[in-house]
Amino acid sequence: MIGHNTLVVLLGCAALGLAAGVVGSFALLRGRALLADAIGHAALPGVVAASLLVAALGGEARALGPLLLGAAVTGWLGLLALRRLTASGRIPPDAGIAVVLSAFYALGTVGLSVAQTLPGAAQAGLTHFILGQAATMTEADALLAGALALGCAGVVALLFQPLRALCFDEGFARAQGLPVRALDLALLGLMLAVCVAGLPAVGLILVVALLVVPAAAARLLAARLPAMLALAGLFGALAGAAGALASTRLPDLPTGAAVVLAGLAIFGAAALAGRRRGRGA
Amino acid sequence: MSEFLQLDLPPLLAAMLAGGTCGLLGSFLVLRRESLLGDALSHAVLPGIVLGFALTGLRSAWPMLAGALVAALLATAAIAWVRRAARLDPGAATGLVFTGFFAAGLVLLEVTGARNADLDVDCVLFGQLETLVWLEARGPAALLDPAALAGLPRQLGLLAGVALAALLFVLGFWRTLRLIAFDPEFARSLGLRVGGWELALNLMIAAAAVAAFESVGSILTVALLVCPAVAMRLLTDRYGAQIWGGAALGAGLGAAGVLLAGPLPAALGAGVALNAAGLIGTLGGLAVAAALLLRRA
Amino acid sequence: MPDGAPLRTAAAAAPLAVEGLTVRYDGRPALSGVTWRAAPGLTAILGPNGAGKSTLLKAALGLVPAEGEARFFGQPLEAVRARVAYLPQRASVDWSFPASALDVVAMARLPRARWFGALPRREREAARAALAAVGLADLAERQIGRLSGGQQQRVFLARALAQEAELFLMDEPLAAVDAVTEETILAVLHGLVREGKSVLMVHHDLSLVQAHFDHVLILAGRLVAAGPVAEAFTDSAIAAAFGGLPGRGRGA
Repeated sequence: MIGHNTLVVLLGCAALGLAAGVVGSFALLRGRALLADAIGHAALPGVVAASLLVAALGGEARALGPLLLGAAVTGWLGLLALRRLTASGRIPPDAGIAVVLSAFYALGTVGLSVAQTLPGAAQAGLTHFILGQAATMTEADALLAGALALGCAGVVALLFQPLRALCFDEGFARAQGLPVRALDLALLGLMLAVCVAGLPAVGLILVVALLVVPAAAARLLAARLPAMLALAGLFGALAGAAGALASTRLPDLPTGAAVVLAGLAIFGAAALAGRRRGRGA
Repeated sequence: MSEFLQLDLPPLLAAMLAGGTCGLLGSFLVLRRESLLGDALSHAVLPGIVLGFALTGLRSAWPMLAGALVAALLATAAIAWVRRAARLDPGAATGLVFTGFFAAGLVLLEVTGARNADLDVDCVLFGQLETLVWLEARGPAALLDPAALAGLPRQLGLLAGVALAALLFVLGFWRTLRLIAFDPEFARSLGLRVGGWELALNLMIAAAAVAAFESVGSILTVALLVCPAVAMRLLTDRYGAQIWGGAALGAGLGAAGVLLAGPLPAALGAGVALNAAGLIGTLGGLAVAAALLLRRA
Repeated sequence: MPDGAPLRTAAAAAPLAVEGLTVRYDGRPALSGVTWRAAPGLTAILGPNGAGKSTLLKAALGLVPAEGEARFFGQPLEAVRARVAYLPQRASVDWSFPASALDVVAMARLPRARWFGALPRREREAARAALAAVGLADLAERQIGRLSGGQQQRVFLARALAQEAELFLMDEPLAAVDAVTEETILAVLHGLVREGKSVLMVHHDLSLVQAHFDHVLILAGRLVAAGPVAEAFTDSAIAAAFGGLPGRGRGA
């Protein structure tokens, strides 16, 4: 039997997976999917700081809204640091991503060790943001994450044409007078929103997989972008729901791990199906 | 004094060895523009570590090391396969594979119950430098006493072994490694088996990641691999300075992180105890930021 | 010829002979069935972008997977590797790499030196001499990122020279270089040919061909024309390769 709360969490995770698949498709085509790794890890100090701040102000330290806001702020700071670090071209982007994700995460763990020395058990739940724990999400949490995710999917639908032009041929998009910088910024904003929305369920270490894996699986099967987006959304939703379900059955299992493994199972199936079709698509 | 030997020296040594080894090898990742591989290897070794630990049940380093190297090999092969089969860019293929391996490692950790022994999720996420103690050290004499030395944490043995191997590897193949990092295509035209060399280097890095894992955890190993190397990359144009500077900076960061986390505040009378591994990674990020500022200046 | 070389490869063996050389990138052919014997001397490999010029060199050297066969001096590459030098495109490496000009040139001596420890003095001197031959003796210790584009190109030429080979495969050494560098490189190439060595060079600028080269190989995904400049470097061959672009005229 699935209870009402479980059902809401399940739907929230499915919405999250859908949005991650759609946004991840564009991120993948633009060659920026790995930025989600930097964003996710960079969110940890924000979550911790927000929790400490809310507690100091006497608020409810477990309220999801402020924590996600903190995550978004430091996630964005991480992206700014990355841009500064790689601006001269001397440090390759992958090295920059590795520096940002590990250093911000490290700062977050120092913050956690501080938080644990403070009175009040409110900080205990913070480690769930690292590996994800859908089972502990409340109905309100799931609604918030799901709404955020669906909002992202909506923005993608609005920006579909220009984003497609950008991912296909940046030079052409520029020549057409499209605001390339603003579009890239919008894509980054979408990735940030999806990563932040995914923190409570999937966790910051593995949230990158939610953007990469469904999109990569869809790419194996789809010849055209609309089909790829639809498939990626579907695969993401399936992986998200499967992970959440596993989390309610096996509470000790980190949800993030379950989501990733479900996504990879889909990827494996897509690879087999794609091969059988002789890479036809 | 004996308190320092018992409680502070083991984490200090472990952090310096881990930082020095990772800092030494990290430069090759950054120079080859393969930093994500460091990220990938330090995550991908997890299932190997857990299985090696669970299958043998030994509190010995070797099964873990063997399992981790197998996992690293499998992950490298999987990345190459995914790149080809799914026509993904290297970054996305790497992200896909290492998150999968890491997720599998987390599940194995639950299933095998290795978590009940002294390998648990907290160690993966935060390291366990603080748990390294040398209870046999009842005085300075212990430093020369074989019986007392045998009581040093086993992690130190693995770290020292890997550090020595990495040092010999880099010293011995100094020019070859430089050529492969700078111009692998030319190296191939000279008849070098570049693929084999890259594999050897990757396995060496995986071994360093395993050795560092028990001290600082999976994610902070990434900091030790890339932060010293990137900071030196911003500061020097000389190969020797890059490689040895990276090793020295890594060891220095390790020492500074451990000292700032507990012993120094305690000596000053402050009652805080910070996560030493996290402090090392944070200092690594600050070192990169400082190098960036120095370069601009 | 080295001792024990089979008779059939003696004296007459071409520095490079390829047969049915075919390369596919991602399933699409980049080079189809090229059969060609290089003549001794200075050969320009010409063709439009994407004609497979660089691919031909890389395939012959086994750097990209290829069908067909390539023989150097009548033998497989493995047997005569020390007699073949390669100069990759300048853009193929990261010039901010922490290395001095001398470090880069010394890389050519790696197969000759013992593999451990510092480079022996004799090898270091050979590298220094190669740098001097391209006019960069004064800049030996300079970090390569601080050299001009032309100087970087000459460092690559010096590295090829330091291989002390008999056949040089060069990928666009004259692309986007200053006048001094162009002059230096051409002088070095003519010097090599006078010593009886051969150079196969991927090249862009059709205006230099008649004045400096002995032979041409014109590619456009397949072999279009090959032979001595006077016979093969014709308007019709150029038109066939470059799609009849007018005004890329012959004649210097």
